[in-house]
Amino acid sequence: MAAVTEILVLVDHAEGAVRKTTAELLTLARRLGEPSAVFVGSQVGAARDALKRYGAEKIYVLDDVALTDYLVAPKAEALTQLVEQTRPAAVLIPSSAEGKEIAGRLAIKVSSGLITDAVDIQAGEAGPLTTQSVFAGSHTVNARVTHGTPIITVKPNSVTPEEVDGGAAEEAFSVTTSDAAKTARIVERRPRAATGRPELTEAAIVVSGGRGTAGNFEPVEELADALGAAVGASRAAVDSGWYPHAYQVGQTGKTVSPQLYVAVGISGAIQHRAGMQTAKTIVAVNKDDEAPIFELVDFGVVGDLHAVLPKATQAVNARKS
Amino acid sequence: MKIVCCVKYVPDATADRRFNSDHTVDRAGVDGVLSELDEYAVEEALKIREAVDESEIVVVTMGPDIARAAILKSLQMGADSGVHVVDEAIHGSDAVGTSLVLAKVIEQQQADLVLCGMASTDGSMSVLPAMLAERLGLPQVTFASEVSLDGSTVRIRRDGDAATEMIEATAPLLLSVTDQANEPRYPSFKGIMAAKKKPVETVSLADLGIDAADVGLDAAWTRVEDAQSRPPRSAGTVVTDEDGTGADRLVEFLAGQKFI
Repeated sequence: MAAVTEILVLVDHAEGAVRKTTAELLTLARRLGEPSAVFVGSQVGAARDALKRYGAEKIYVLDDVALTDYLVAPKAEALTQLVEQTRPAAVLIPSSAEGKEIAGRLAIKVSSGLITDAVDIQAGEAGPLTTQSVFAGSHTVNARVTHGTPIITVKPNSVTPEEVDGGAAEEAFSVTTSDAAKTARIVERRPRAATGRPELTEAAIVVSGGRGTAGNFEPVEELADALGAAVGASRAAVDSGWYPHAYQVGQTGKTVSPQLYVAVGISGAIQHRAGMQTAKTIVAVNKDDEAPIFELVDFGVVGDLHAVLPKATQAVNARKS
Repeated sequence: MKIVCCVKYVPDATADRRFNSDHTVDRAGVDGVLSELDEYAVEEALKIREAVDESEIVVVTMGPDIARAAILKSLQMGADSGVHVVDEAIHGSDAVGTSLVLAKVIEQQQADLVLCGMASTDGSMSVLPAMLAERLGLPQVTFASEVSLDGSTVRIRRDGDAATEMIEATAPLLLSVTDQANEPRYPSFKGIMAAKKKPVETVSLADLGIDAADVGLDAAWTRVEDAQSRPPRSAGTVVTDEDGTGADRLVEFLAGQKFI
């Protein structure tokens, strides 16, 4: 008789508010076995319902200040101890900067293969089979871990979260943190100001502005708000100081994979395409009819964004009312 | 201060990138460059050398003969010397194998500061700096958008998804920088000429005391089963706004796709 196959899922949350990526990871974990959520922090009370709703059978609670006062290393140690105790069939971690670093250190610690930025995972006889989108979305790669416990980081928007009631049995897990892991101290933390818009990497719709905005993001933000979208920016716009770097889409910024991506005044250089090419539907507004972005679009408008966007925003609002 | 800067030779992102038949990245048949994001690491190393007396910068890479170009570019920017790990056995190494090799070089160099870019522009895993810190037991201060130095204390700003964090650690340590940290310089003519005389040491796995069986494609803990180029997106509809109907047609499209 096959033993229960436990899959560890590292929970991504802000003060206990579970991010959408966690629901996605739990959904993927269910394909592979029984998901156990790993919650780091003191606010598990705020997270419990969401974790249960998306099928977490267990919740390991790791509540220790060392895990949040120092960068990455203590979390990797804690996960190592949890992996050694629970012997999971896989560990799923969100593909954030921190998530990938935790995964990297964990892979070395538990002598296991690591796959990053998966956009899909399927169960297989030889272990989970992952799908990745590489080279600016121009290639698709299927891979698997061949040694140790598969450690896989998963990109946001990879799967539609499915609600399945989980047991959500809570279990406190006490960790031992070495002095060696407590060497990079977080001396200050400033939460990013809320914009009232969806999180860029999680949003179903993203409206991004580029050089063509000439620094005026108002039309971009207004269309985004009419569509309930997140706002992004190209590197050119960020380098010009028009929009904060946290909103940059592209190779050196965020990778987004929304249902709809609206590129406004963005030419579509390869560095930008690397961050958005896997969007389901792509729409562009640009006054240059030879802009490479038009090679990608499902629908494009050659025209002045300062004329087209306000009219489009008005028309969207009119249809909604 | 001895600074070791890890760099990677990658296929140019604007070229037609592809895979070999063994599913490894084709590095020989596609024009290659110093990974753009590593230029920020080299620049940060140069800035630190300018600020700290008696500093030197050693640039390290691994890869086939042509990967030497990544070292050369770094030397042209101003780094002092290079170490190039060349060995047929490293072909196909994954991040775990790569970090094993680079960690050995860094140990031999007795670095006070290890510098990396935030990610490569080909694999773009961004796990190597964390893996190196893990293997070397060094404090990890990574994804720095701003770096300041006070004696042996390094303080960075890290812009995360949910928060901006200030992080402090004491050297020896490992630092990685983002493209926000600085503005990489272009090699000057003088720099290009000087680079020709700078020493580049070529080392093998045996020189590093690494068993060839521990690295390379066969030793990798991951296996690519299949790598396919995606069919290009089929051409969509592009309209012009000459008659002022662009916005309406755009919104009709969005409504038709149920986005409104």
